Amino acid sequence: MSLAVRRRVFLVAAAGFGALIVWGLTGLPDFGVEIGHLGTRIAHAAVPERHVTAAVSAINFDYRAFDTLGEEFILFTAAAGVALLLRSGRGERERPHIDASPDRQVPETSDLVRVFGVGLIGFTLLLGLYVVFHGHLTPGGGFQGGVVLAAAVLVVYLAGEWVSAGRLRPVAAMEALEATGAAGFAALGLAGLVAGRAFFQNVLPLGRSGQLLSGGTIPLGNLTVGLEVMGALLLVFSEFLEQALLLRRRS
Amino acid sequence: MSVLPYLVVAWLVLCGLYGIVTSRNLVHLVICLSVVQSSTYVLLLAIGYRKHGLAPIFVDISPHSPVVDPVMQALTLTDIVVEATVSALLLALTVQAKKRFGSVDPAELDPLKG
Repeated sequence: MSLAVRRRVFLVAAAGFGALIVWGLTGLPDFGVEIGHLGTRIAHAAVPERHVTAAVSAINFDYRAFDTLGEEFILFTAAAGVALLLRSGRGERERPHIDASPDRQVPETSDLVRVFGVGLIGFTLLLGLYVVFHGHLTPGGGFQGGVVLAAAVLVVYLAGEWVSAGRLRPVAAMEALEATGAAGFAALGLAGLVAGRAFFQNVLPLGRSGQLLSGGTIPLGNLTVGLEVMGALLLVFSEFLEQALLLRRRS
Repeated sequence: MSVLPYLVVAWLVLCGLYGIVTSRNLVHLVICLSVVQSSTYVLLLAIGYRKHGLAPIFVDISPHSPVVDPVMQALTLTDIVVEATVSALLLALTVQAKKRFGSVDPAELDPLKG
Protein backbone atom coordinates (compact mmCIF):
# COMPACT_ATOMS: atom_id res chain seq x y z
CA MET A 1 0.00 0.00 0.00
CA SER A 2 1.49 3.33 -0.99
CA LEU A 3 1.98 6.04 1.60
CA ALA A 4 -0.73 8.29 0.15
CA VAL A 5 -3.32 5.51 0.14
CA ARG A 6 -2.30 4.46 3.62
CA ARG A 7 -2.68 8.03 4.87
CA ARG A 8 -6.13 8.34 3.32
CA VAL A 9 -7.30 5.04 4.83
CA PHE A 10 -5.92 6.15 8.19
CA LEU A 11 -7.69 9.52 8.09
CA VAL A 12 -11.05 7.82 7.48
CA ALA A 13 -10.45 5.30 10.26
CA ALA A 14 -9.05 7.97 12.60
CA ALA A 15 -12.14 10.13 12.16
CA GLY A 16 -14.32 7.27 13.40
CA PHE A 17 -11.89 6.20 16.09
CA GLY A 18 -11.39 9.78 17.26
CA ALA A 19 -15.15 10.29 17.50
CA LEU A 20 -15.40 7.12 19.59
CA ILE A 21 -12.62 8.25 21.94
CA VAL A 22 -14.15 11.69 22.41
CA TRP A 23 -17.58 10.13 22.95
CA GLY A 24 -16.09 7.75 25.54
CA LEU A 25 -14.18 10.50 27.31
CA THR A 26 -17.21 12.78 27.53
CA GLY A 27 -18.90 10.04 29.55
CA LEU A 28 -16.24 10.44 32.26
CA PRO A 29 -17.02 12.51 35.36
CA ASP A 30 -15.97 16.18 35.18
CA PHE A 31 -12.30 17.00 35.47
CA GLY A 32 -11.31 17.50 39.11
CA VAL A 33 -14.32 15.72 40.61
CA GLU A 34 -13.66 12.92 43.07
CA ILE A 35 -14.30 9.50 41.47
CA GLY A 36 -14.71 6.90 44.20
CA HIS A 37 -13.17 7.27 47.63
CA LEU A 38 -10.27 4.82 47.38
CA GLY A 39 -7.60 7.39 46.53
CA THR A 40 -8.50 9.82 49.28
CA ARG A 41 -8.90 7.04 51.85
CA ILE A 42 -5.49 5.54 51.07
CA ALA A 43 -3.85 8.97 50.98
CA HIS A 44 -5.24 9.79 54.42
CA ALA A 45 -4.36 6.35 55.79
CA ALA A 46 -0.69 6.48 54.75
CA VAL A 47 0.49 8.59 57.69
CA PRO A 48 -1.55 7.02 60.54
CA GLU A 49 -1.30 3.42 59.29
CA ARG A 50 2.16 3.22 57.71
CA HIS A 51 3.97 6.26 59.15
CA VAL A 52 5.18 7.40 55.71
CA THR A 53 4.60 10.89 54.34
CA ALA A 54 4.68 10.01 50.62
CA ALA A 55 1.35 8.35 49.84
CA VAL A 56 2.47 7.16 46.40
CA SER A 57 5.34 5.18 47.96
CA ALA A 58 2.98 3.72 50.55
CA ILE A 59 0.79 2.47 47.71
CA ASN A 60 3.61 1.16 45.53
CA PHE A 61 5.61 -0.58 48.22
CA ASP A 62 2.95 -1.58 50.70
CA TYR A 63 -0.72 -1.53 49.71
CA ARG A 64 0.03 -2.44 46.09
CA ALA A 65 3.42 -4.10 46.64
CA PHE A 66 2.25 -7.30 44.97
CA ASP A 67 1.58 -5.37 41.75
CA THR A 68 4.95 -3.68 42.05
CA LEU A 69 6.54 -7.13 42.20
CA GLY A 70 4.97 -7.88 38.83
CA GLU A 71 6.01 -4.48 37.50
CA GLU A 72 9.56 -5.09 38.64
CA PHE A 73 9.68 -8.41 36.87
CA ILE A 74 8.37 -6.80 33.68
CA LEU A 75 11.50 -4.66 33.78
CA PHE A 76 13.65 -7.67 34.65
CA THR A 77 12.26 -9.71 31.76
CA ALA A 78 12.56 -6.82 29.32
CA ALA A 79 16.21 -6.26 30.22
CA ALA A 80 16.83 -9.96 29.74
CA GLY A 81 14.96 -9.80 26.42
CA VAL A 82 17.03 -6.85 25.15
CA ALA A 83 20.24 -8.62 26.18
CA LEU A 84 19.11 -11.79 24.43
CA LEU A 85 18.06 -10.00 21.24
CA LEU A 86 21.26 -8.01 20.93
CA ARG A 87 23.61 -10.75 22.05
CA SER A 88 22.34 -13.18 19.47
CA GLY A 89 23.55 -10.61 16.95
CA ARG A 90 27.08 -10.71 18.26
CA GLY A 91 27.79 -13.96 16.48
CA GLU A 92 27.37 -12.05 13.24
CA ARG A 93 30.39 -9.93 14.10
CA GLU A 94 32.70 -12.43 12.49
CA ARG A 95 31.28 -11.87 9.03
CA PRO A 96 32.93 -9.17 6.92
CA HIS A 97 31.00 -5.96 7.33
CA ILE A 98 30.65 -3.36 4.61
CA ASP A 99 30.66 0.12 6.12
CA ALA A 100 28.18 2.26 4.22
CA SER A 101 30.24 5.42 4.78
CA PRO A 102 33.83 4.47 5.60
CA ASP A 103 35.11 8.04 5.35
CA ARG A 104 32.68 9.59 7.84
CA GLN A 105 34.14 11.55 10.73
CA VAL A 106 33.35 10.18 14.18
CA PRO A 107 33.61 13.20 16.51
CA GLU A 108 35.97 12.94 19.47
CA THR A 109 34.55 13.68 22.94
CA SER A 110 35.41 17.31 23.64
CA ASP A 111 37.40 18.31 26.73
CA LEU A 112 34.51 20.43 27.97
CA VAL A 113 32.19 17.41 28.01
CA ARG A 114 34.86 15.40 29.83
CA VAL A 115 35.44 18.02 32.54
CA PHE A 116 31.74 18.63 33.18
CA GLY A 117 31.04 14.90 33.02
CA VAL A 118 33.59 14.12 35.70
CA GLY A 119 32.17 16.91 37.85
CA LEU A 120 28.62 15.64 37.34
CA ILE A 121 29.25 12.04 38.36
CA GLY A 122 29.37 12.74 42.10
CA PHE A 123 26.33 15.02 42.08
CA THR A 124 24.24 12.61 40.03
CA LEU A 125 25.14 9.66 42.27
CA LEU A 126 24.29 11.70 45.38
CA LEU A 127 20.98 12.84 43.88
CA GLY A 128 20.08 9.26 42.93
CA LEU A 129 20.87 7.95 46.41
CA TYR A 130 18.90 10.83 47.97
CA VAL A 131 15.85 10.11 45.80
CA VAL A 132 16.02 6.37 46.63
CA PHE A 133 16.50 6.80 50.38
CA HIS A 134 13.86 9.52 50.79
CA GLY A 135 11.26 7.73 48.66
CA HIS A 136 8.95 7.21 51.63
CA LEU A 137 9.23 10.85 52.77
CA THR A 138 9.22 13.04 49.67
CA PRO A 139 8.41 12.57 45.98
CA GLY A 140 10.66 9.95 44.40
CA GLY A 141 11.50 6.39 45.29
CA GLY A 142 13.18 3.32 43.94
CA PHE A 143 12.06 3.63 40.33
CA GLN A 144 12.93 7.31 39.95
CA GLY A 145 16.15 7.08 41.97
CA GLY A 146 17.24 3.97 40.09
CA VAL A 147 16.98 5.86 36.80
CA VAL A 148 19.08 8.73 38.20
CA LEU A 149 21.70 6.25 39.48
CA ALA A 150 21.86 4.61 36.06
CA ALA A 151 22.28 8.09 34.54
CA ALA A 152 25.30 8.66 36.84
CA VAL A 153 27.02 5.65 35.31
CA LEU A 154 26.08 6.87 31.82
CA VAL A 155 27.83 10.16 32.59
CA VAL A 156 30.97 8.11 33.20
CA TYR A 157 30.59 6.77 29.69
CA LEU A 158 29.95 10.24 28.30
CA ALA A 159 33.06 11.64 29.98
CA GLY A 160 35.29 8.69 29.27
CA GLU A 161 35.15 5.46 27.41
CA TRP A 162 32.91 2.48 27.90
CA VAL A 163 34.78 -0.41 29.46
CA SER A 164 33.22 -3.53 28.03
CA ALA A 165 35.82 -6.09 29.06
CA GLY A 166 38.69 -6.50 31.46
CA ARG A 167 38.84 -7.36 35.11
CA LEU A 168 36.04 -5.08 36.20
CA ARG A 169 33.42 -6.81 34.03
CA PRO A 170 30.69 -4.16 34.42
CA VAL A 171 28.13 -6.30 32.62
CA ALA A 172 28.48 -9.06 35.22
CA ALA A 173 28.22 -6.45 37.99
CA MET A 174 25.08 -4.98 36.38
CA GLU A 175 23.48 -8.40 36.10
CA ALA A 176 24.33 -9.09 39.75
CA LEU A 177 22.90 -5.70 40.76
CA GLU A 178 19.68 -6.32 38.86
CA ALA A 179 19.25 -9.84 40.20
CA THR A 180 20.00 -8.76 43.78
CA GLY A 181 17.43 -5.99 43.58
CA ALA A 182 14.72 -8.20 42.09
CA ALA A 183 15.38 -11.04 44.54
CA GLY A 184 15.55 -8.59 47.46
CA PHE A 185 12.13 -7.18 46.69
CA ALA A 186 10.65 -10.67 46.38
CA ALA A 187 12.31 -11.55 49.70
CA LEU A 188 10.51 -8.59 51.32
CA GLY A 189 7.25 -10.19 50.26
CA LEU A 190 8.32 -13.55 51.65
CA ALA A 191 9.30 -11.85 54.92
CA GLY A 192 5.61 -11.29 55.54
CA LEU A 193 4.91 -15.00 55.07
CA VAL A 194 7.85 -15.99 57.30
CA ALA A 195 6.45 -13.76 60.02
CA GLY A 196 3.23 -15.75 59.76
CA ARG A 197 1.27 -12.95 58.07
CA ALA A 198 0.24 -12.04 54.54
CA PHE A 199 2.56 -11.79 51.52
CA PHE A 200 4.14 -8.30 51.51
CA GLN A 201 2.64 -7.42 54.87
CA ASN A 202 4.70 -4.72 56.56
CA VAL A 203 6.43 -6.66 59.34
CA LEU A 204 9.14 -4.22 60.46
CA PRO A 205 8.67 -1.58 63.17
CA LEU A 206 7.08 1.52 61.61
CA GLY A 207 9.06 4.16 63.48
CA ARG A 208 8.09 7.84 63.65
CA SER A 209 6.65 9.31 60.46
CA GLY A 210 8.90 11.89 58.82
CA GLN A 211 12.09 10.14 59.97
CA LEU A 212 14.51 8.46 57.58
CA LEU A 213 14.00 5.13 59.37
CA SER A 214 10.23 4.85 59.25
CA GLY A 215 7.60 2.99 57.30
CA GLY A 216 8.84 -0.54 58.07
CA THR A 217 9.60 -2.38 54.83
CA ILE A 218 8.76 0.58 52.54
CA PRO A 219 12.29 2.12 52.50
CA LEU A 220 13.73 -1.36 51.93
CA GLY A 221 11.35 -1.81 49.03
CA ASN A 222 12.56 1.49 47.58
CA LEU A 223 16.18 0.42 47.99
CA THR A 224 15.79 -3.00 46.37
CA VAL A 225 13.72 -1.63 43.49
CA GLY A 226 16.27 1.18 43.06
CA LEU A 227 19.08 -1.36 42.67
CA GLU A 228 17.00 -3.44 40.29
CA VAL A 229 16.05 -0.49 38.09
CA MET A 230 19.63 0.75 38.04
CA GLY A 231 20.94 -2.68 37.07
CA ALA A 232 18.27 -3.28 34.44
CA LEU A 233 18.69 0.12 32.78
CA LEU A 234 22.48 -0.16 32.80
CA LEU A 235 22.21 -3.58 31.21
CA VAL A 236 19.90 -2.21 28.48
CA PHE A 237 22.11 0.86 27.90
CA SER A 238 25.30 -1.18 27.80
CA GLU A 239 23.83 -3.57 25.23
CA PHE A 240 22.88 -0.67 22.97
CA LEU A 241 26.20 1.09 23.57
CA GLU A 242 28.04 -2.06 22.66
CA GLN A 243 26.20 -2.10 19.34
CA ALA A 244 27.18 1.54 18.75
CA LEU A 245 30.81 0.90 19.72
CA LEU A 246 30.86 -2.09 17.41
CA LEU A 247 30.14 0.29 14.54
CA ARG A 248 32.62 2.86 15.81
CA ARG A 249 35.48 0.38 16.11
CA ARG A 250 34.97 -0.79 12.56
CA SER A 251 35.29 2.70 11.17
CA MET B 1 -12.32 24.19 30.08
CA SER B 2 -12.92 21.08 32.12
CA VAL B 3 -12.79 18.79 29.06
CA LEU B 4 -9.40 20.10 27.91
CA PRO B 5 -7.28 17.33 29.56
CA TYR B 6 -9.46 14.68 27.93
CA LEU B 7 -9.17 16.36 24.54
CA VAL B 8 -5.37 16.35 24.98
CA VAL B 9 -5.61 12.58 25.55
CA ALA B 10 -7.59 12.03 22.33
CA TRP B 11 -5.20 14.34 20.44
CA LEU B 12 -2.11 12.44 21.67
CA VAL B 13 -3.60 9.07 20.70
CA LEU B 14 -4.49 10.23 17.19
CA CYS B 15 -1.20 12.10 16.66
CA GLY B 16 0.81 9.05 17.69
CA LEU B 17 -1.28 6.70 15.56
CA TYR B 18 -0.84 8.95 12.53
CA GLY B 19 2.91 8.85 13.09
CA ILE B 20 2.88 5.05 13.38
CA VAL B 21 0.83 4.59 10.21
CA THR B 22 2.91 6.95 8.06
CA SER B 23 6.31 6.18 9.61
CA ARG B 24 9.25 5.58 7.29
CA ASN B 25 11.72 4.71 10.04
CA LEU B 26 11.42 2.14 12.82
CA VAL B 27 13.08 4.40 15.42
CA HIS B 28 10.56 7.11 14.57
CA LEU B 29 7.81 4.50 14.86
CA VAL B 30 8.91 3.53 18.38
CA ILE B 31 8.87 7.19 19.41
CA CYS B 32 5.36 7.57 17.94
CA LEU B 33 4.26 4.59 19.99
CA SER B 34 5.55 6.28 23.13
CA VAL B 35 3.52 9.37 22.17
CA VAL B 36 0.42 7.14 22.09
CA GLN B 37 1.39 5.67 25.45
CA SER B 38 1.96 9.09 26.95
CA SER B 39 -1.73 9.80 26.38
CA THR B 40 -2.47 7.23 29.07
CA TYR B 41 -0.34 9.16 31.57
CA VAL B 42 -2.39 12.28 30.88
CA LEU B 43 -5.61 10.28 31.17
CA LEU B 44 -4.63 8.64 34.48
CA LEU B 45 -3.41 11.90 36.01
CA ALA B 46 -6.52 13.74 34.77
CA ILE B 47 -8.78 11.14 36.38
CA GLY B 48 -6.79 11.40 39.60
CA TYR B 49 -6.93 15.19 39.75
CA ARG B 50 -9.04 16.78 42.48
CA LYS B 51 -10.02 20.42 42.39
CA HIS B 52 -7.87 22.31 44.94
CA GLY B 53 -6.10 19.03 45.76
CA LEU B 54 -2.51 19.18 47.03
CA ALA B 55 0.29 16.73 46.20
CA PRO B 56 -0.13 13.58 48.34
CA ILE B 57 3.03 14.29 50.35
CA PHE B 58 2.19 14.86 53.99
CA VAL B 59 5.46 16.44 55.10
CA ASP B 60 4.18 19.96 55.72
CA ILE B 61 0.43 19.62 55.23
CA SER B 62 -2.20 18.23 57.58
CA PRO B 63 -2.84 14.47 57.18
CA HIS B 64 -6.45 15.32 56.35
CA SER B 65 -5.88 17.93 53.65
CA PRO B 66 -7.60 17.32 50.32
CA VAL B 67 -5.06 15.71 47.99
CA VAL B 68 -5.07 14.42 44.42
CA ASP B 69 -5.52 10.67 43.97
CA PRO B 70 -2.21 8.90 44.80
CA VAL B 71 -3.45 5.59 43.36
CA MET B 72 -3.60 7.14 39.89
CA GLN B 73 -0.09 8.52 40.34
CA ALA B 74 1.16 5.07 41.34
CA LEU B 75 -0.52 3.59 38.25
CA THR B 76 1.13 6.26 36.09
CA LEU B 77 4.48 5.15 37.47
CA THR B 78 3.71 1.56 36.46
CA ASP B 79 2.66 2.85 33.05
CA ILE B 80 5.95 4.69 32.55
CA VAL B 81 7.94 1.58 33.48
CA VAL B 82 5.99 -0.48 30.96
CA GLU B 83 6.49 2.19 28.29
CA ALA B 84 10.24 2.24 28.90
CA THR B 85 10.52 -1.54 28.65
CA VAL B 86 8.39 -1.72 25.50
CA SER B 87 10.53 0.98 23.85
CA ALA B 88 13.75 -0.79 24.83
CA LEU B 89 12.55 -4.11 23.40
CA LEU B 90 11.29 -2.52 20.18
CA LEU B 91 14.54 -0.62 19.70
CA ALA B 92 16.46 -3.87 20.16
CA LEU B 93 14.24 -5.41 17.50
CA THR B 94 14.99 -2.40 15.29
CA VAL B 95 18.71 -3.11 15.59
CA GLN B 96 18.03 -6.69 14.57
CA ALA B 97 15.80 -5.61 11.67
CA LYS B 98 18.56 -3.33 10.39
CA LYS B 99 21.03 -6.22 10.55
CA ARG B 100 18.72 -8.66 8.84
CA PHE B 101 17.08 -6.50 6.18
CA GLY B 102 19.64 -3.74 5.91
CA SER B 103 16.95 -1.09 6.36
CA VAL B 104 14.88 0.54 9.09
CA ASP B 105 12.06 1.50 6.72
CA PRO B 106 8.98 -0.58 7.64
CA ALA B 107 7.95 -0.62 3.97
CA GLU B 108 11.16 -2.41 3.03
CA LEU B 109 10.84 -5.19 5.60
CA ASP B 110 9.94 -8.26 3.61
CA PRO B 111 7.78 -10.59 5.69
CA LEU B 112 8.82 -13.59 3.58
CA LYS B 113 12.48 -13.04 4.33
CA GLY B 114 12.10 -13.27 8.12
